[in-house]
Amino acid sequence: MIVRLMGEGQYVLPDEDVEVLNEIDNEIVRAIERGDEKGFEEGLARLIFEVRHRGEPLAGDILRPSDVVVPPEDLTFEEAKAIFTGEGIIPD
Amino acid sequence: MPVQVGVVRRMGILSRMGLIVKTKASKLLDRYEDPREVLDYSYEKQLELIREVRKGIARVATSKKRLEIQKRKLEAQMEKLDVQARRAVEMGKEELARVALERKIALRSQISQLDGEIATLTAEQQRLEHTHGKLAQKIELFRARKEVLKARYTAAEAKSEVAESLSGISEEMADVGLALERAEEKTEQMSARAEALDELMESGVLDDLSVREDDIDSKLEELSASAELERELERLKSEAKED
Repeated sequence: MIVRLMGEGQYVLPDEDVEVLNEIDNEIVRAIERGDEKGFEEGLARLIFEVRHRGEPLAGDILRPSDVVVPPEDLTFEEAKAIFTGEGIIPD
Repeated sequence: MPVQVGVVRRMGILSRMGLIVKTKASKLLDRYEDPREVLDYSYEKQLELIREVRKGIARVATSKKRLEIQKRKLEAQMEKLDVQARRAVEMGKEELARVALERKIALRSQISQLDGEIATLTAEQQRLEHTHGKLAQKIELFRARKEVLKARYTAAEAKSEVAESLSGISEEMADVGLALERAEEKTEQMSARAEALDELMESGVLDDLSVREDDIDSKLEELSASAELERELERLKSEAKED
């Protein structure tokens, strides 16, 4: 699968790794639900680390949409909450 | 085989993020009947975006330069205070030396804050330059592909390929757009701080500080004048004794 780290680029990861990402993703959701800012930050950092660690950067001469999009590293807790209320963070 | 949103069992941050990005691409595609139009429209948008990125890089660089100039000014002030403190110590005026050193320490913390801001902007600049390079490459790919797609266009066969290219580039653009926005937010924050610091230097607290620095200077002048006076007096006294 192709994973985009926003602000960094796309990575190719084995499809099995989706489970690992899902697990961390769920932890992030739980952290946001209980208002745990530190947990959220750690989760996001771990998610990004796993993608970099497990993946290979996608060659620059390939133009393809990603299967998974990871928000940028410096995403704030407030912005993360906004993503969940559907406000989005991408400029038009 | 793309992993669809459904693979992520829960609506997590990944699928939300993916949806936000994909929605943008499909909105664009839906707006046009003829995929050829959307390809050209998107290409125009890409060129616009890359121009914005270049402007963004220039703005970050300007902002950084300004902070560097401020840093040099503060460093010069610090050196001056250092010289004053030494002179005061040489004259045995510990209190005065203390005042000069206190101000020097205050400036040092300002400088280290500036260092942090300069480092942030340097990182933003590098990130944007990297982003610019990647986007330029993707735009070139898109340009080549869109011409191929247009040349052998029939609605039925090209639509999914158009959709794929378009999603790919839209995602890239969404990413770049966000990176650009974040870099600009940071640059604005730093510029606002730089402006505040300029104001301080020109008219506010830091200016008072330089006036007070001159106070230190004039006190040191007074002290050395009176020391000279004492020495003259001593000389006259000893001359009188010798006579």
